[in-house]
Amino acid sequence: MIGTRQGWMVLGGVLTVLAIASLIGYAMSLRVRDDASRKVVENLNARIKAWWVMVVVLAGALMTGPKPTIVLFGLISLVALREFLTLTPTRKADHFALLMSFFVVLPSQYGLVWTAWYGVFTIFVPVYVFLLLPAFTIISDDATKNFLQRTSETQWALTICVYCISHVPALLMLTIPGHDPAMLIVFLLVVAESSDVLQYVWGKLAGRHKIAPHVSPSKTVEGFAGGVLSATALGTCLWWMTPFHPWQAALYSFLIAMTGFLGGLVMSAIKRDRGVKDWGHLIEGHGGMLDRLDSICFAAPIFFHLTRFFFSTT
Amino acid sequence: MLERIAVASITGAAKILTGAQCQWIGCGPRDAQRIYFANHSSHLDFVLLWSALPPALRKSTRPVAAADYWFQGTIRRFLMRQVFHAVPVERDTGRNGAGTHLLQPVSLQPMLDALDEGSSLIIFPEGTRGSGEEVQPFRSGIFHLAKDRPDVELVPVWIENCYRVMPKGSLLPVPLLCTVRFGTPTKLGREERRPDFLDRLKKAVEELRNL
Repeated sequence: MIGTRQGWMVLGGVLTVLAIASLIGYAMSLRVRDDASRKVVENLNARIKAWWVMVVVLAGALMTGPKPTIVLFGLISLVALREFLTLTPTRKADHFALLMSFFVVLPSQYGLVWTAWYGVFTIFVPVYVFLLLPAFTIISDDATKNFLQRTSETQWALTICVYCISHVPALLMLTIPGHDPAMLIVFLLVVAESSDVLQYVWGKLAGRHKIAPHVSPSKTVEGFAGGVLSATALGTCLWWMTPFHPWQAALYSFLIAMTGFLGGLVMSAIKRDRGVKDWGHLIEGHGGMLDRLDSICFAAPIFFHLTRFFFSTT
Repeated sequence: MLERIAVASITGAAKILTGAQCQWIGCGPRDAQRIYFANHSSHLDFVLLWSALPPALRKSTRPVAAADYWFQGTIRRFLMRQVFHAVPVERDTGRNGAGTHLLQPVSLQPMLDALDEGSSLIIFPEGTRGSGEEVQPFRSGIFHLAKDRPDVELVPVWIENCYRVMPKGSLLPVPLLCTVRFGTPTKLGREERRPDFLDRLKKAVEELRNL
């Protein structure tokens, strides 16, 4: 897997950035005076600390091999799915659909990644689950109150949390001669997450004009532009770990950052609709798993298909 | 030994299964003698509430459980007696004139005895599990407990989402996130009449729902 020179270089780079971030965070914590900025700095430091954990866990899985990576993302999907479904007001009649979602759909989807069965992997959730789950829900309990709303919510949950996230480990299915597909996962995660972080940093430093005040008061035009452009620049500099030429790496990074931004926006709108600020409390400083993954949910499937279409021989 | 393993695995499983988020809103986890009263929609309710308490308080906090269900069968009886130290109550499962189940405790004596030993109690004044959508009217047992033991604090508790994890009639739980919210302790007012008191307590639980 990524126990290669390239893998170590990326990991070394990420850890260096984290070490610098931790130092800056520590320096800032010494300088704060008032309560408002202390809160911001405390949250920042909690986020940095959580990043250490996330990086170590991810790197550990990626270095051990494809199977631990698939299992790890299966667990991530599980946590994300429970966060999503916790916020959707299902009724007792949906208990069957919930059981199926957790204990059949999720394991099956990751089983399809495990066996690299591409044909079924792409259609299992959008065709079979989409059609059969509502049907079986009706058979198990014929309650029709808010039926469309309830089924849509369960299907959104499954599509975002299981189907979309499973496209991250699905990158391992791709065959690109002379390249380790695990590095595509690293590329996707590094670009998408650094785009999030850079949007946050640019927004805090230069943010003036709100981009979608009703959905997400913290997103600004300056943060968006600065974050997407600097993440694109970063991704371009990482071309050597991908099968891409530098200009292709630039396009792919731009795409990841843009879809990631849109993902963050849509997922924020869902949170607003449900009247919450965070998806959960799992990751200190960040909120829930989905707060960290919202950009990946959107970026992963699109990155997967465009890479497969242009580069994969299978 | 067996009891401690059971306690660790039950509270651990409850945390993994439901996240068991615990919010002390109206009071802290203090070592006062209390009656925790909560909404009831799932068999998991008291497990979750009990697991949400700090280990030191768990020892002195006993759930009140229906003898006709929870004290039947070897495993259930072992769990109730040795692990949760539950207080068994006989329920009157007959019907009143209107045909609805009474579900009143036949006698409050076991609960009064437990209080006199210094224990805190966990009770579900609805008497039985509801659908999870509406809190049903409270039965009068809690009124008599409050009147006979006026020093005990009454703490309203809202258990969120448990009915979706394991609704009435289902055998398998789904791992949704649950939250246990503790409200402000209250007591029976000096001149307070029974219906007003029961209504006030029900409202106290419902208010925690919308936080």
